[in-house]
Amino acid sequence: MKQEKEVLYGLYDDEEILLGAVKAAKAEHLEIMDVFTPFPVHGLDEALELEESRLHIAGFIYGAIGTLTAFLFMTWVFTRDWPIIFGGKPYWSVPAFIPITFELTVLFSAIGMTVSFFTVCGMAPGRTNPTLDDRITDDKFCIAFDAAGAGEDMLNRLRSFFSQTGASEVHLKTI
Amino acid sequence: MSVVVSPIREPLIEGGKTYHQITEDICSPTEKAPNFAWVLAFTLSSIFLGLFLFTVAWTIWFGIGTWNLNRTIGWGWDITNFVWWIGIGHAGTLISAILLLFRQRWRTGVNRAAEAMTIFAVMCAGQFPLIHMGRLWLAFFIFPYPNTRGPLWVNFNSPLLWDVFAISTYFTVSVLFWYTGLVPDLATLRDRSKGIRRKLYNIFSFGWTGAAKHWQRFESLSLVLAGLSTPLVLSVHTIVSFDFATSVIPGWHTTIFPPYFVAGAIFSGFAMVQTLMLITRKVLKLEEYITLQHIDSMNKVILVTGTIVGVAYLTELFIAWYSGYLYEQYAFYNRVLGPYWWSYVGMMACNVLSPQVFWSRKIRRSITWTFAMSIFVNIGMWFERFVIIATTLARDYLPSSWSYYVPTWVEIGIFLGTLGLFFTLFLIFTRVAPVVAVAEVKSILKAAGDQYTGPNAAKHHHHHTAVAAQTGAH
Repeated sequence: MKQEKEVLYGLYDDEEILLGAVKAAKAEHLEIMDVFTPFPVHGLDEALELEESRLHIAGFIYGAIGTLTAFLFMTWVFTRDWPIIFGGKPYWSVPAFIPITFELTVLFSAIGMTVSFFTVCGMAPGRTNPTLDDRITDDKFCIAFDAAGAGEDMLNRLRSFFSQTGASEVHLKTI
Repeated sequence: MSVVVSPIREPLIEGGKTYHQITEDICSPTEKAPNFAWVLAFTLSSIFLGLFLFTVAWTIWFGIGTWNLNRTIGWGWDITNFVWWIGIGHAGTLISAILLLFRQRWRTGVNRAAEAMTIFAVMCAGQFPLIHMGRLWLAFFIFPYPNTRGPLWVNFNSPLLWDVFAISTYFTVSVLFWYTGLVPDLATLRDRSKGIRRKLYNIFSFGWTGAAKHWQRFESLSLVLAGLSTPLVLSVHTIVSFDFATSVIPGWHTTIFPPYFVAGAIFSGFAMVQTLMLITRKVLKLEEYITLQHIDSMNKVILVTGTIVGVAYLTELFIAWYSGYLYEQYAFYNRVLGPYWWSYVGMMACNVLSPQVFWSRKIRRSITWTFAMSIFVNIGMWFERFVIIATTLARDYLPSSWSYYVPTWVEIGIFLGTLGLFFTLFLIFTRVAPVVAVAEVKSILKAAGDQYTGPNAAKHHHHHTAVAAQTGAH
């Protein structure tokens, strides 16, 4: 279910101007809805005070699951389910289990993290997420404010914020 | 931008690009009708792909008796080609992962195409273990799955099984790494297109918006995937070398194999990247993104890894002599002076001697030399695998089973066919996706674009302070 949102957004031509504008908005206590950029802008996370991503923690957990799955499974197969002697080695020949254990650790972690990444970002094959402007993936840097229920005073304040911080365009859009 | 740029670093992006110009330059080849060179190349590679399908069908229909393998020579061109392709498939992940961790900015120009090349090379490599089993329809036996025969499990102690896991993991992780990197660029293509193209790119770009939080997660994901891929890429060829090193065949049973194979893989992978990049940059007019600086850097890698491989060859010879073990000594005597002496000469000449020309900066930066060398290295690395596999098996413990192995037309056809498969896939890739990572190149523009670091950087600096003053003044 999609909710319609009214958004006032400004487009900037350079990431340095954008960073300045984000800092100015923070100083003026304006609540930024989101910032969209064509590439990862260095320092934007700090300026927006975004929390550090926990994706790598998830990656570690997935990896650990992979390690245990591989190692315990091989242990179970060769010591309980069907013990076979290969080349006179012990049933539980740990060094020989290491390559597969390593590979599955990497595999589980990579698949788990990638799936988690797309899920938490609300992305999937064929998914259409509303975008504000086609040039955001090209060369425009965008700051968006939630304009739903904003009074005329607030909209004017935001518009003047945009013109003061050097936005090249300002638009009101319902998405 | 608060980046420290050394004035002695050469620019990696030339032509005073703007962000929009970068988008335009890299995306437009996918939007125009293909040129004549592309159509010609595609036709040619499709013919070879057809040859691949035909010879594989022939092999499956009549069995691998159509190959010249026999009792002692159980591995011939099939495994030679497998190891060759897998080696080539190492450069992409090396460029994208290891160079990312080392913060080498020059990777951004070539990583996308190199990763694509990696994936296609691994696909070519994967064909050989599958078809050399003989009964392709039973190939799923290599995976441990609950079955009605006990269940009887696969042998987890066997390096051949480790290989199954290593290569399928490597392929999967490479695809994930490549595709997640591609998503923002596919969104760029989506936003530039209309109609059916827009619908298609919308499906493949997963609904990317470019939100700050998404970029933050994206960077976190790339970094961890790079961290995972780095030991992975080293493990894959290590495990491939275990296929040989854990056997008790003289000439194979050596502890030097893992590092020697990994160095060889990087060596041949970079050579293939050079071959492809030199053509791609010319045909798609990307000379300003894949610059002489990139070619120079890759040639340095080729020189270093080629020399490592050379040291490994000599070490092998020395250790064979020093071991005092007759069979080991004979295996190496046979490699150098036996009936396959020509392949040993080819290997030494192409892999060890010829890359030494790259000590010269002028040659490292010459397109003609680089292209010729990249072909040499590809040939040399193929010879290396042939030397290791065929010459060793042709002269085993029992002189009564000695023979001289030559491939049949089917084996040659399959090898040429995989070249067709590889180039067909790569040519399709250049038509549907940006061959240079658009977003990544934009992110290094201010740190490595020539208007910021080149001779005319000062002028631009002035413009920059003007922008800052203007922003501040309001």
